[in-house]
Amino acid sequence: MDAFDHLFRHESGRMVAALTRFFGAHNLALAEDVAQDALCRALEVWKIQGTPDNPGAWLMATAKHRALDLLRHAKTAQDLAPEIARAIQDDHDAASTVDELFGAAAIQDDQLRLMFSCCNPRLAEEVRVALVLNILCGFSIAEIAAAFLSREEAIKKRILRGKKVLAGSRRLFELTHRDFSERLSSVHRALYLLFNEGYHGASAEFAVQKELCDEAIRLGALLCENESTAVPATHALLALMCLHAARLPARIDSAGDFTMLLDQDRSRWDARLVAEGQRLMDLSAKGKTLSPYHVEAAIASVHAAAPNSSETPWETVVTLYDTLMQISPSPVVALNRALAIAQRDGPHRGLAEIEHIADHDRLREYPFYSAALGELHLRLGDLDVARDHFADAMRLARNATERRLLQRRIAECGNNRFAVINGTSTRLRA
Amino acid sequence: MAQFMFVFRLPHDQPPRSPAQLQESLPKWQAWFKELAEQGHLKDPGNPLERGGKVVRGSSKQVTDGPYVEKDLVMGYMLVEARDLEEACEIASGCPRLATQMVVEVRPIIPFNP
Repeated sequence: MDAFDHLFRHESGRMVAALTRFFGAHNLALAEDVAQDALCRALEVWKIQGTPDNPGAWLMATAKHRALDLLRHAKTAQDLAPEIARAIQDDHDAASTVDELFGAAAIQDDQLRLMFSCCNPRLAEEVRVALVLNILCGFSIAEIAAAFLSREEAIKKRILRGKKVLAGSRRLFELTHRDFSERLSSVHRALYLLFNEGYHGASAEFAVQKELCDEAIRLGALLCENESTAVPATHALLALMCLHAARLPARIDSAGDFTMLLDQDRSRWDARLVAEGQRLMDLSAKGKTLSPYHVEAAIASVHAAAPNSSETPWETVVTLYDTLMQISPSPVVALNRALAIAQRDGPHRGLAEIEHIADHDRLREYPFYSAALGELHLRLGDLDVARDHFADAMRLARNATERRLLQRRIAECGNNRFAVINGTSTRLRA
Repeated sequence: MAQFMFVFRLPHDQPPRSPAQLQESLPKWQAWFKELAEQGHLKDPGNPLERGGKVVRGSSKQVTDGPYVEKDLVMGYMLVEARDLEEACEIASGCPRLATQMVVEVRPIIPFNP
């Protein structure tokens, strides 16, 4: 990725982080205005004078000057973040204090503190994710709505609700706070949700969703750069995201069609991301806590090491899903475990496992539940049953890409009768 | 060759553009300026203007904050060389922001030598 790619979005997040520290969390709206103003100025000046050598530094200097201007208005000064107001009172040379605040290291910390503040447990998870995208990643409400396939009004409400809570405290979250570990888990979850939103929504029509994956990875990498946030679970989460993101080129083809893991051409997986994921896996193998991210990363890593689905050690995959069911059970994990068992022991066993999923009613609204039943019945040659399941999945499909995949499966149920009877369908061997 | 001043105006109540939208428009502007310079049309690329300033008016030389306009706010200007008004308008039609409400006013400059 070019350093200039998404520069405005990323610098927007950095400026808002530094400015929020400067003005206090209660002045978030002011911080956002100043950052927006710096970006508008950049466009106006750069279009005539050309882009400066260090555009990020130019933007930050512009934001800093504007912040100092505002500081000269006594009213704003009194209303600053308490720690800044004190520092500026004690230190007559306000400019040097301000320089320090806008230094690269300080901004890096401010971004983390802002991220932690956005992941306030008082906020619903979808609000946290929307806040992170809006404030730290510089996405507009319209862009977030497009990525989530939601209405702008709904996203706007979410963000306003979140900002109200965020601005309710004068200070950003401190990384030394006693609730640090709990809050870090909340940050992990938000990044994982953000990643999955992009990963599962990624399609040729919506390039922005790939950007959600990139953003989750970028923010995860930021966590890995700070000593207090670079815990094993952080490395495991980032490993997991890299290993999954590596599949994106094979998951969605140029026509926008979706290919399931088992059928993906693994030569199209991003080798650089796979290597990065494996490196992070090694870093995560420390300490005593086994997070769900560790196990999910291990599963992804087994897939990444296997040349194709038939040469995958399914026994290992099943064992890892067993572990995941122990530490973080959910119907979706149970479904994936059942599918791994189907790979190991055949579709009959897979279907029996799905039957036994505790509260599988919760899966009824999940299109891949019906799709999984369809796949296994298709492999058994129960074409009519398979077709009905795929039709159910079709009704629940969340986007055009999923619908096209299911449409292809339904067609296979109708046309491949002869091939399946003869046991030569490629699907039987998948 | 005649000279023209292009005055760029925008409605004052523009919704803010997202960081990505701002960044997207940058290379389009830069390419336009480059093209005009290469074709020898760009006499002076001009300067961007702050949105707010002061307004001085009347025999009392009263100074007020402003300009608070009802409609279009002047955002910037440039000096262009073209054969005639028609060619100047053709050049102005290359402005990258016409689709998003920018208005380019094309004003011939009265030459010193008649």
